[in-house]
Amino acid sequence: MSNHDHAAEDDHEHDRPLSGPALRVKALESLLTEKGLVDPKALDALIDTYETKVGPRNGARVVARAWADPAYKERLLADASAAIAEFGFFGRQGEDMVVLENTPVLRNVVVCTLCSCYPWPVLGLPPVWYKSAPYRARAVIDPRGVLKELGTEVPDDVEVRVWDSTAELRYLVLPARPAGTEGWSEEQLAAIVTRDAMIGVAELTVSAPEQ
Amino acid sequence: MNGAHDLGGMHGFGPVEVEEDEPVFHSLWEKRMFALTLASGFHGKWNIDMSRYAREQMPPAEYLATTYYEHWLFGLQKLLVEQELVTAKELQTGHAEAKESAVRAVPASEVDALLRKRRAARLDENVPPRFRAGEQVVARNINPTGHTRLPRYARDRRGVIERDHGVFIFADTHAMSRDKKPQHCYSVRFTARELWGTDASARDSVFVDLWDDHLDRA
Repeated sequence: MSNHDHAAEDDHEHDRPLSGPALRVKALESLLTEKGLVDPKALDALIDTYETKVGPRNGARVVARAWADPAYKERLLADASAAIAEFGFFGRQGEDMVVLENTPVLRNVVVCTLCSCYPWPVLGLPPVWYKSAPYRARAVIDPRGVLKELGTEVPDDVEVRVWDSTAELRYLVLPARPAGTEGWSEEQLAAIVTRDAMIGVAELTVSAPEQ
Repeated sequence: MNGAHDLGGMHGFGPVEVEEDEPVFHSLWEKRMFALTLASGFHGKWNIDMSRYAREQMPPAEYLATTYYEHWLFGLQKLLVEQELVTAKELQTGHAEAKESAVRAVPASEVDALLRKRRAARLDENVPPRFRAGEQVVARNINPTGHTRLPRYARDRRGVIERDHGVFIFADTHAMSRDKKPQHCYSVRFTARELWGTDASARDSVFVDLWDDHLDRA
């Protein structure tokens, strides 16, 4: 799959003559609207949901609570869907959640080699790299190489487990809590949790205690 | 099907490129394509496994040369015509031949509830599991021209049942004939060396979610 041309397109593309997929999608939307099959306002609502309401900040709150509250962490590892639903995060592409805990001797990495399965209610829609051929091809055969390229060198004595999302289970990595965060509030903790750490391709560190 | 979508283990695609501060969508048409796919799916004329199968049928050279939401466009157009919500001629001309349709567009007010359904693929049916956690299995060597969620790299490989997730819709038949064929779905652990040979790390493994019909006792 070719990479996106990030600079070439933006929301003002409708001010210019359309070409390629932009033109075909616009034609399809008018056809489906004309036939009464879709309501453009429902399309706006769908876009708004995943642009502004659902995203990796949800997952970060789950991770922060698991770090701060041992009883919550136990519930999360035992029945992830129910524990995540305590925040009101559930639904499409997150109906059956599994949480994978990273430890000093274990690194979990999530991929979908066949398409783009991803836990929407906690992470939002997947980034382009997650859906791209290089990641889908290499995560299963060379996870250490991919992690190194993305900035994490995994020591030889640490185990790597790759989870290929081939069914309807959706995986969220619970990253190791970084040193130097003792006594932080859940809010402070959530602020340092990144999307990539919850996919399993990044580690979390803090340079200095935040006060 | 042994299509271009089944990418696990391939070489030559280059490095994984992460975009800093990536937006959710990169253009207006991607937003509309995403929403058109979900809104059209709300009619219930197809299921998610049929959606995946539709995208997989994009010719391999085209699949690899196009972006993600172009796959979605291909898949949606195919489903709309196959399920007779639009005609091939309407797609071609962009104009409706007949306006009346038996289905009603989902209004914006119903979107949130539809996105927040708690059950999708898990079933309550009481089907006994064929395998138990810890049991040695071998993934079947199947090469169907239809849909399957058993990736090529795991076929004919030996693994161990890590966890029984319970009873789920079987994607392979659900995509082809809407047959849910309820059965257990498991995380199956394959060592990296079983999959990729002795050059792979002795510590590492790949977990693949597979159903009863993908597995035999090893």
